[in-house]
Amino acid sequence: MHPAFSVIFFTSATGAGNGLLIVLGTLAALGLLPHDQLLAATSLGLALSLNAAGLISSTFHLGRPERMWRAFSQWRSSWLSREAIASMLTFIPAVLFGLAWLVFDRSDALTAVIGAIMAAGAACTVFTTGMIYASLKPIAEWNTRFTTPGYLAFAIMTGLVLLNAIFELWSLPDGGLQVAAMLAIGFAWVWKLATWRHNDRLKLPATAGTATSLAGGEVRSIEWPHTQQNYVLKEMGYRIARKHSAALRWFAQLCAFAIPLAAIALAFAVDGGAATLTAVLAVVAQAPGILVERWLFFAEARHTVTLYYGLES
Amino acid sequence: MTCLPTATQKKLGLVIDLDTCVGCQACVTSCKEWNAGGHMAPLTDIDPYGADADGVWFNRVHTYEHSRADGGSATVHFPRSCLHCEEPACVTVCPTGASYKRAADGIVLIDEDKCIGCKLCSWACPYGAREFDAVVGVMKKCTLCIDRIYNENLTPDDRVPACVAACPTGARHFGDLGDPDSPVSRLARERGGVDLMPELGYRPVNKYLPPRPRTAGSSEHAARATGSTSPAPPTGGFLAWVDRILSR
Repeated sequence: MHPAFSVIFFTSATGAGNGLLIVLGTLAALGLLPHDQLLAATSLGLALSLNAAGLISSTFHLGRPERMWRAFSQWRSSWLSREAIASMLTFIPAVLFGLAWLVFDRSDALTAVIGAIMAAGAACTVFTTGMIYASLKPIAEWNTRFTTPGYLAFAIMTGLVLLNAIFELWSLPDGGLQVAAMLAIGFAWVWKLATWRHNDRLKLPATAGTATSLAGGEVRSIEWPHTQQNYVLKEMGYRIARKHSAALRWFAQLCAFAIPLAAIALAFAVDGGAATLTAVLAVVAQAPGILVERWLFFAEARHTVTLYYGLES
Repeated sequence: MTCLPTATQKKLGLVIDLDTCVGCQACVTSCKEWNAGGHMAPLTDIDPYGADADGVWFNRVHTYEHSRADGGSATVHFPRSCLHCEEPACVTVCPTGASYKRAADGIVLIDEDKCIGCKLCSWACPYGAREFDAVVGVMKKCTLCIDRIYNENLTPDDRVPACVAACPTGARHFGDLGDPDSPVSRLARERGGVDLMPELGYRPVNKYLPPRPRTAGSSEHAARATGSTSPAPPTGGFLAWVDRILSR
């Protein structure tokens, strides 16, 4: 599948933004969030900026962005419509949470309930994002049980790594948060490795024989209907060389998992300025790692229409 | 509305005979010609006469070599277009309600005024039937020529999709596949018409008729390939003498 940057940035940014809302809301609901105005302002501000930037980026993928409002109408059947609605509805508890914390300076039971609703809304949004891809039967690498939990795991991981850095920046180091971030990185890493292992053995859900009704024996494409690339091939026929894929998988693992894990472990061990520096380093390393991981998510996905062009067996 | 109708009154579709299709591309050009001014118009082309031509087409003909299990092989021309599925995921994934399946005749259509061009429907179609029109910014697809099949300005004989009207070998048949007694349903039944990629569960309405099995021993009647194209030299008499002189 064609890796469009607008969609890669959209899923990465809203994943991190909603992940931050999930972590922030959960901590508030459990009464574990320190009552600190600067902390609330920066973490909520960053989360909502990431979500807004992601949503704006997604409109660059559209042919007619001015009709975007129509995407809120088909929630009965469409995961994309559900995602649009969930992403917008999540802004309501997030803004209320911000008002309670920043304007009314409250961190009572009501704020905890709003935090829980905010976390649930953000989790629903990430779930719907995953389901858009997981529900597409023609794409073998996406239509698996790994896809949606993977999106949730990556969102929570990036949310924890971001929140840990914000805690450090406001000199509120939290050992529990660091442990949670390390566990989340470990889980996401194992999940990604398991996903790649599973996907590398996948075959397309159809064959050139069943695609063409020519049963038995071998079907070999000897002439395409067109001499140049068409929309179908540009969008669904994108292919990546195996050696590039292997190199990019190493890069993604190094930046998205290995460096942040080591950096946060170091922050756990040391105190003060060094801990702040490594917590920020974890964020700086993870951003390109996640973008490359998401690029591979698209580039490595194969669509059944390629069977008609003899690109897959 | 992108929820699917529970049942459609008719299942209009095509039956395509891969035995008689000769790959002449007449259906392809006829489709483009009609639909460039039809319901989904325009079918934009980008750089059509240049080195990197691109454009929207509803119907594309592939060519395959089918090496059969019995050792024989055949060249098969394969027209690929929208199959107007009974379970069209291209419709249910649409976030705007632009895509819909008609309850009256089962035709899958796009309301171009509602489409935001998110391309998700083209990802959801296993058959590559939907194409994005980059100039207009919306998706385009086969309409089964709704502006021909119900067009009272045309003579009844012409009220068939443009591809069917153009086919010189009668390889394309149009009709109601929901009616078991319709000519297309009978044809599909008699010739063992099949669904494309049935594993995916989209339940296409269009049926493909696989090539008929070859008659046993038919290769005996085929022209034999000769080893050399030059005639054998004369072996005796005057011509052999001339041949010897000229061959020196």
